[in-house]
Amino acid sequence: MFPTPIEKSSRNWQITYQALLPIAMIVWLLPLLAVALFSIKPETDFATGNFWGWPTSFEGFTNYGRVFFDSDMPRYLLNSVMITVPTMAGAVALSAMTGFALGIYKFKGNLLIFFMFIAGNFVPFQILMVPVRDLTVNMGLYDTKTGLILFHIAFQTGFCTLFMRNFIRALPYPLIEAARVEGVAEWRIFWYVVMPLMKPALAALSVLIFTFIWNDYFWAIVLTQGPDAQPVTAGITSFNSQFRAAYHMMSAGSIVAALPPVLMFFLMQKHFIAGLTLGAVK
Amino acid sequence: MTMTADAPSHQQRGWYKRNEIAVTPWLFLLPGILFFAVYVILPIFQSFWISFHQWDGLGEKTWVGLANYERLLGGDRKFEVSFWNNIRWLFLYLLAIPMGLFIALFLNQTVRGIRFYKSMFFFPFVISQVVVGLVFSWFYLPNTGLFDQIMGLVGIDIRGGVLGNPNTATYGIIAAGLWPQTAYCMILYLTGLNAVDPEQVEAARLDGAKGHKMLWYVILPQLKPATFIAFVVTIIGALRSFDFIAVMTNGGPFGSTRVLSFYMFEESLSEFGFRMGYGAAIAVVLFFIMLGFIAYFLYSMWRDDKEAR
Amino acid sequence: MRSTLKASLAACLATTMLSAPAAAELSGTLRIISDMSNPAPRAVMEGLASEFDAMHSDLTVELEIVDREAWKTQIRNALSANAPDVVNWYAATRMTPYVDAGLFMDISDLWAEDHFDALASTKGAMTLNGAQWGVPYTYYQWGVYYRKDIFEELGLGEPATWAEEISNCQAILDSGRKCYTIGTKYLWTAGGWFDYINSRTNGYDFHIQLANGEVEWTDPRVRLTFENWAQLINMGAFVDDHQTYSWQEALPFMTDGQATAYLMGNFAVAAMRDGGLDDSKLDFYQFPVINPGVDYAEDAPTDTFHIASGAQNVEAAKEFLRFVTSADVQTRINGGDALGQLPVNSEASVSDDKFIQQGFNMLSNNAGGGIMQFFDRDFPAEMASVGMEGLQEFMVFPDNLDDILARLEDARQRIYQ
Repeated sequence: MFPTPIEKSSRNWQITYQALLPIAMIVWLLPLLAVALFSIKPETDFATGNFWGWPTSFEGFTNYGRVFFDSDMPRYLLNSVMITVPTMAGAVALSAMTGFALGIYKFKGNLLIFFMFIAGNFVPFQILMVPVRDLTVNMGLYDTKTGLILFHIAFQTGFCTLFMRNFIRALPYPLIEAARVEGVAEWRIFWYVVMPLMKPALAALSVLIFTFIWNDYFWAIVLTQGPDAQPVTAGITSFNSQFRAAYHMMSAGSIVAALPPVLMFFLMQKHFIAGLTLGAVK
Repeated sequence: MTMTADAPSHQQRGWYKRNEIAVTPWLFLLPGILFFAVYVILPIFQSFWISFHQWDGLGEKTWVGLANYERLLGGDRKFEVSFWNNIRWLFLYLLAIPMGLFIALFLNQTVRGIRFYKSMFFFPFVISQVVVGLVFSWFYLPNTGLFDQIMGLVGIDIRGGVLGNPNTATYGIIAAGLWPQTAYCMILYLTGLNAVDPEQVEAARLDGAKGHKMLWYVILPQLKPATFIAFVVTIIGALRSFDFIAVMTNGGPFGSTRVLSFYMFEESLSEFGFRMGYGAAIAVVLFFIMLGFIAYFLYSMWRDDKEAR
Repeated sequence: MRSTLKASLAACLATTMLSAPAAAELSGTLRIISDMSNPAPRAVMEGLASEFDAMHSDLTVELEIVDREAWKTQIRNALSANAPDVVNWYAATRMTPYVDAGLFMDISDLWAEDHFDALASTKGAMTLNGAQWGVPYTYYQWGVYYRKDIFEELGLGEPATWAEEISNCQAILDSGRKCYTIGTKYLWTAGGWFDYINSRTNGYDFHIQLANGEVEWTDPRVRLTFENWAQLINMGAFVDDHQTYSWQEALPFMTDGQATAYLMGNFAVAAMRDGGLDDSKLDFYQFPVINPGVDYAEDAPTDTFHIASGAQNVEAAKEFLRFVTSADVQTRINGGDALGQLPVNSEASVSDDKFIQQGFNMLSNNAGGGIMQFFDRDFPAEMASVGMEGLQEFMVFPDNLDDILARLEDARQRIYQ
């Protein structure tokens, strides 16, 4: 245990520490708290220069109501869901298979393919931008959710394969050998032996992919435009142009846009952190 | 007689059965590889190819050889600014690692409610960069922004506000980027600290090690895997710094906050004509910067993988 | 405010429907992408779309409103991939890239119809390579909007000459205020200042020569323009930190009296009124004379609709263009309670709103030098982009002038070759 556990230190330091925690947290979250404060303020507060003071009246319901009923925000949110969920399913399915192949079997080129997936996952987006946009346009999928989903599935497969393969590696191999001795077909081993053991990995990956895709901005503006297909990260900029300089509205819109992954995180915290920190301990 | 009818199918099943172990992985890999090849691997090579052309994204490509690179490296001011900003990002973004470690050490206790504090410290990472960028751009507003007011208290006045002053804008954006990135590094280290061997710590304590000595000689070596991953994700994050710039300054003021990824986007899809060739050339340069790191990452992983066997 | 707007448009709709000629039955979907994203224009556009939709029972109008600033970088993408039928854009040189790339549809046949005679005044601005590529729906004057109450308090009148301008400004500065608010984050606002100072210093013809790339940026006459501009900058006439604000974000300085004037287009009046400036506090004057040897030239940009060359529903698109250019529609959408701008159709009536009337008179009687479309519409797009970045830098660091001009000259030689 490092640093020295608090219960073994002096009484004074214990109290200081307990007091320091909430203060540090508030300082750390200051920018967010400010936005939360903005989002419940009335418009007049900004006109009178009362940016950071106490709201003169509570307008949370009005502001958030306008986000939902007076803008394209609900459409953008729906788009985000319709892009994120299929991507999540697709990438997890593909990578469960690739991870299984790379984690269980020994064959020539195994490591090479594995490293190809990892390397591809690290490349800067910009080197893919022109050809991927061109491909999407040629397939007639420009400005559609499908075009965005297909790319996201493909790209996320890189990261997910890394994750799945390492996870499957850590499973008890004798289990699979035993199944083989029993004469169980390979795909049945995948489905009935390995998959049930992978539930935590599947959960962790799903949460991670959800967050990554929800928060994607670059591909959203390269492959889509307008409220027909754009997810909420891109939609927030057009929302802001509708309410330019109206900080209370822009803040409320930002909070709404950011909320789903935050909820996901708090609900699935254990899986989320397990996914992110894979490899941080050996 | 029945034998003759049965023979082929039996043989077929036999072939698959005999080769099941060899064939199955490829069947499982096929869809993944197909997708990945079409959307990731091939486009890398296509970008190289396109970078030797002049192309508006619509009509025919015109072969121009190295002309794009000559213009790029022959004194394109926007490119120079972008390149040096990328270097700034690379170095300063790494601050997320010690900062993350510091917070992790601070929070690595078992007091009441510590789990709540840990999640609150982590959760900036979950918010999209677009929103973080917006939040910080309001935080930085001249005069009315909270940051400016705090600076005002200590008597510092940044001309034009943090994001309006070409000398501070890039640093302001990097600071915004450091916020979620530090949270990420923190969670990596918290997990790493969980796995630190208590016996070694006790043994070192008996030897009289404490404070920074303990940290440096006993704890950090055990956190090596966490540090490696933190390094990988931070470097990638630094070179992907697009969202923050697009949202916070759009490359301004006077183009002083451009980085290669942003400049590439701007050239390729600009209002006055798509310069896909020139954009691809910028992307190739960015790719080569990244390639150095990728090679190092892969080498480290490969070495670890060898040891693990 | 939006709901009343919608209501009034809907009310007008009833009358139009009765008088509308039985047009050929249109069907399918009409896809429009509009950049009218500010609150008042947004309501107008939404009203137009739903009205047109209601007029043609078999036709569905799909409207996407995108951010006006973002649209400037998105339009090419939109037109070249999965093109909509109708888009918003701007007149004059600003159309060139899309005309050259074959992305706008040639609609000369539409302009040949009698209906379009009433739009003859802007035919030139819509013509490139001998053909017409779009239709105008509105135009508006630029000029100085100022705080009448503060001017009166300080005993100042509307300046007519540069000397009066400078002395006015000094008096305003002495009272602890700034002379001008401006937000240059999106650059183009600085272009307005350059247009005015350059055309007032060197004349309309010189300004257009510069736009056409026929004059060097390092020319002493260009320097003279910047010297005049620098007089104001060095006095501290402009609000601080303007490079971080959009034009809307710079507005509060004027409404709360920290700055007394705004060089802007008439579209800003709606926002100023929303900010609490009624006609007793807000007034307008024409940009003052600098060089008495040159005539007044005025910025009066025209905003337009175009048909994409990849349009799927050309018939409906053309009908929509006829619809937005009709005298009746132009009268309504440009009214003081809607866009608050000037109709292009000569048979449409100009709103009796104070500012619209002033602008109309100014442009009709007092713009002998010529009409400029605006910096980013008269200069080729790429020159405009490099140029406005330089103008913004000049407004913050006037001492960098030599460097800026050298850079612009470099760009000129590359762009116009």
